Amino acid sequence: MSDRVLHGRNVVPGSVEGQALVSHEPISGWGGIDPARGVIIEPRHELFGVCFTGKILVFPSAKGSSGWSGFFQTTRLSGTAPIGMVIGRISAKSALGAVVTRVPAITDLDADPCSVIATGDWVRIDNSTVEVTKR
Amino acid sequence: MYLTDDDKRMRDGAEGDAAAAAMDLLIRYGYALDAERLCSIRNVAGTMTQPSPVKARLVAEGGWDKAFSVINLDSDRDLTIPQMRVPTCQLQHGFGPDSVDIVPYPRANVDLQSDGEAFYGRRGVQILATCTPYQVGNLPMRGEHCAWMESSAVIYANSVLGARTNCEGIASTGAASLTGRIPCWGNHLDASRHGTHLIAVDGITVESFQDWGMLGYFAGSVAGEDRPVVTGSLAQPDLTELKHFGAAAATSGGVELYHIPGITPEAVSVEAAFPGSVPDAVVYGPAERRAVYETLNEIGSSADVDFVLLGCPHASLDQIRQAAALLDGRRVSANCELWIMAPRALAVMAERSGYTAVIERAGGRVLADSCPAMSRAAPAGTKVFATDSAKQAHYLPAILGIEAWFGTLEECVSAAVTGRWNGGLS
Repeated sequence: MSDRVLHGRNVVPGSVEGQALVSHEPISGWGGIDPARGVIIEPRHELFGVCFTGKILVFPSAKGSSGWSGFFQTTRLSGTAPIGMVIGRISAKSALGAVVTRVPAITDLDADPCSVIATGDWVRIDNSTVEVTKR
Repeated sequence: MYLTDDDKRMRDGAEGDAAAAAMDLLIRYGYALDAERLCSIRNVAGTMTQPSPVKARLVAEGGWDKAFSVINLDSDRDLTIPQMRVPTCQLQHGFGPDSVDIVPYPRANVDLQSDGEAFYGRRGVQILATCTPYQVGNLPMRGEHCAWMESSAVIYANSVLGARTNCEGIASTGAASLTGRIPCWGNHLDASRHGTHLIAVDGITVESFQDWGMLGYFAGSVAGEDRPVVTGSLAQPDLTELKHFGAAAATSGGVELYHIPGITPEAVSVEAAFPGSVPDAVVYGPAERRAVYETLNEIGSSADVDFVLLGCPHASLDQIRQAAALLDGRRVSANCELWIMAPRALAVMAERSGYTAVIERAGGRVLADSCPAMSRAAPAGTKVFATDSAKQAHYLPAILGIEAWFGTLEECVSAAVTGRWNGGLS
């Protein structure tokens, strides 16, 4: 049984479930992640040094360079990608990034996903809903 | 998303497999954005030739057709890449053959990129090789819909030129180049171009190149991904100052569009920039200016500067002239290197104007095509660098693990000559 269900708008169709990795700060692609290792490398970022491979990445927005989508596409080609994305506020960078990472993704939720979901929670994305089971 | 008959024909393969894959990507991307439709464009600025480990592997497996299919179209199909359907340019990329022996950059990357330039040139791509296409002849018209990437170029095109582009990516510009289409969303729409935050400069006058960069960095930190409107005590800016301002605003935040009433074309007044009520102003005064300066200099601790970097975004011809004038008759310290990054077309003019000879006599270099951040390449052993660019002071410490000083052109040239940082906020 899930503890909470959020409703939103589907970005990339599909269903997936797994452990959440939550960032409260926007995420940079170029200069922000190392796609070879699937790790956040931005100094002073709250997730500095943390690996997102195999996790459902929950983040408020994408920031920085237009290389964002290309860096996340490279995580797919390198086998280091997250398995899903829950995006607080969509932009061209994160929309294209989710598309080329080819993982189920959702945005425009009826509650702030970065406050409702905590790192380690079990999350299921099913097209336009997110089921959250607190760990 | 609504598709025209032409969109459907391309999707169904009437223009070939590559155009069909491009349209498939645009449909997936338009869905992700919740765009209502696509719009037509005739100006694409993207990247195809920039070397990377994944690209090198794909080219080895299946040539540039394969690399473009996978990276620029996000397609797993075996495609043959045709002529670009609309004018398309290559932005900044890696270093070229004339950088060998100057820049520590893998020879294999230089060769891969030269090979890529030949492939894409034959398909109509203009190898501008700069982050500032607007400095070398690519000036979209006011109101023109474009598909550009490179955050500093996107903000310049939207704000200074009044063109309309989102901050696109590698795959969306690749798909746009073969279809002439891009999702009509965000900055393409009138309703998404008005101001969201008001910034009032008060108690100081912003007029120097350095001050425009610091104000941009402040505007990005205030507005985030939204659209700042800047007013107050501002001198008339020129191209180089708004190039610096925009690059900084796109670095500290994700700004893609700003207005300076009376200066930029889309907002004649503060009231016109805000169709509803005008929000309360956030003040940028002496204390805020000092705080931005200290943020940009917080990574610096050692005053022993071994690298000075000018030209981020790529230098204008007049910035190269100014650097030459300051270096004339002086000598860069044996412990330091000075590089000026420029568009190749302007580097040619700098050479013809005699500026490059003056810079090289002093021991400096004018380099084209790339930058240390794009290519992850600085002089061997660099520990502390100085720059007049807020953007480069922000990014390079993270990318290369080095210390940074941010100051004026005069302070940077002085650091190159003495090997010591002696800057301060005046």
